[in-house]
Amino acid sequence: MRESHLSEPTAVRWLLIAIAVVFLAMFLLVPLAAVFTEALRKGVGVYVVALREPDALAAIRLTLLTAVIAVPLNLVFGVMAAWAIAKFDFPGKHLLITLIDLPFSVSPVVCGLIYVLLFGLQGWFGPWLFAHHIKIIFAVPGIILATIFVTFPFVARELIPLMQAQGTEDEEAARVLGADGWQTFWRVTLPNVKWGLLYGVILCNARAMGEFGAVSVVSGHIRGQTTTIPLHIEILYNEYHATAAFAVASLLALLALVTLVAKAWVEWKAHESLKESVHEH
Amino acid sequence: MTVASSTRSTSRSGKDSAAAQSRRLLVQHSVLPGFGLTMGVTLLYLSLIVIIPLSATFLKAATGGWLYFWHTVTEPRALASYRLSFGASLIGALVNTVIGFVVAWVLVRYPFPGKRILDAIVDLPFALPTAVAGITLTTVLSAHGWIGRYLAPLGIKAVFSPLGVVIALTFIGLPFVVRTVQPVLQVLDPELEEAAASLGAGRWQTFIRVISPELWPALLTGFALAFARAIGEYGSVVFISGNMPMRTEITPLLIITKLEQYDYAGATAIGVVMLVISFALLFIINALQWWSGKRYA
Repeated sequence: MRESHLSEPTAVRWLLIAIAVVFLAMFLLVPLAAVFTEALRKGVGVYVVALREPDALAAIRLTLLTAVIAVPLNLVFGVMAAWAIAKFDFPGKHLLITLIDLPFSVSPVVCGLIYVLLFGLQGWFGPWLFAHHIKIIFAVPGIILATIFVTFPFVARELIPLMQAQGTEDEEAARVLGADGWQTFWRVTLPNVKWGLLYGVILCNARAMGEFGAVSVVSGHIRGQTTTIPLHIEILYNEYHATAAFAVASLLALLALVTLVAKAWVEWKAHESLKESVHEH
Repeated sequence: MTVASSTRSTSRSGKDSAAAQSRRLLVQHSVLPGFGLTMGVTLLYLSLIVIIPLSATFLKAATGGWLYFWHTVTEPRALASYRLSFGASLIGALVNTVIGFVVAWVLVRYPFPGKRILDAIVDLPFALPTAVAGITLTTVLSAHGWIGRYLAPLGIKAVFSPLGVVIALTFIGLPFVVRTVQPVLQVLDPELEEAAASLGAGRWQTFIRVISPELWPALLTGFALAFARAIGEYGSVVFISGNMPMRTEITPLLIITKLEQYDYAGATAIGVVMLVISFALLFIINALQWWSGKRYA
């Protein structure tokens, strides 16, 4: 606890705490509780039926498929980009980091739009794709591409600052001791950044499974075929099946909770390993 | 003979070191392998996924002609959507700056029960998919909802109104200011406040003169990040806004509407306006981060 002359009067302190708690409770806890309450409003039976409906199952499958493709691709890219950027010096590095961050600042709707303009019928490659019977927009490939775009920076942006802070001494020592490049990466670099990497993957996955705007533009909303979980929620909600919509939404809310817990856990782990390394030195 | 050989060796080592130097200028830490491979993959993937599609969008907008472009992006319906998107994002980001600062301050400085849970839950808007946030906020704020039922008797219409858009955009921008201000508060040197107090400054004076100057760059960065996110937001807004043209239609929704009417050129024109705004904001945020980074380095 701080000494009294370095802190605010008790009344001010409790007022500020009250403002923070009330605001966060109203804005975050109430909606979170509402998702589960609405989902179970008509009982567990209705809840389970909503999740076992064929269109819901198809949406879950498509969402899983999208994440299984998009997350590993962005993971490999993120690790490679972080290695090139953090372990070497070259001109234009700052520009490269900005370009990698770019998808974060583009509106999800525009993310979808740019792929429509490339692969849609009116797009640059549209006529060629049509002639060869390849469907990207209003089909699964478009959904996967749009998801890759919006989750593009997650792993890279977690790893780059972490690997920059760790420098290159450990890797250089490993090389001097005779390790080859792969060994250096697997045995030295990866253990050093594993918690940051895990966190990046968790965030990337949460966004990949929950993306709505970008996927909405390229999906075409064909039931049971091109609807991911968020799009399925939208359809149910707009057709006044609110309970079913919230039942499916509760899956994504659970995913969000798991993500938050995983984040807290990873931060705690990273803190522990930092303490250990301070002890060693 | 000795002279000649020594000259030759000097000139050779001189040449070597020049070559090594220019190499070092390009790529330092050359003991480590893999630069070519990782850089190659990075540039290839970045070009395929991000740069080429984005450039194609600008090219597409250019094929429509300048006059058409200007006409589309300045039609009344588009202008109304910019006003709403900008205005609501601005209000949302301002609310988040004030509340975000209070939350960060309380989380860093005061002990109280439930603090760790509160700290963890701040990131919920990042983790919760926007469509879920959208339908949930709409339900909670509608006339029969948990919060809406107390607003309705006061004549406050929180759904299908511009206020709803503001609330949704406040929700999704909430974590930014907290997460940019928190680390700065954590490393703030207590000796500065100690010195101010021992020189006779009151708590308020210390806050204004000593603490707040250290916080401004982080506050501004958080504000800009929340604003940039709000401008492009779609999922959490479409359910709560009611999507009435000229009144509660945000710019990203206008793009979707145009696409649904097969007006690809119009959608592209508005999309390019949004891209230019995003790039400008990204530039400002980078400058702000560079500024605050320099202050704390």
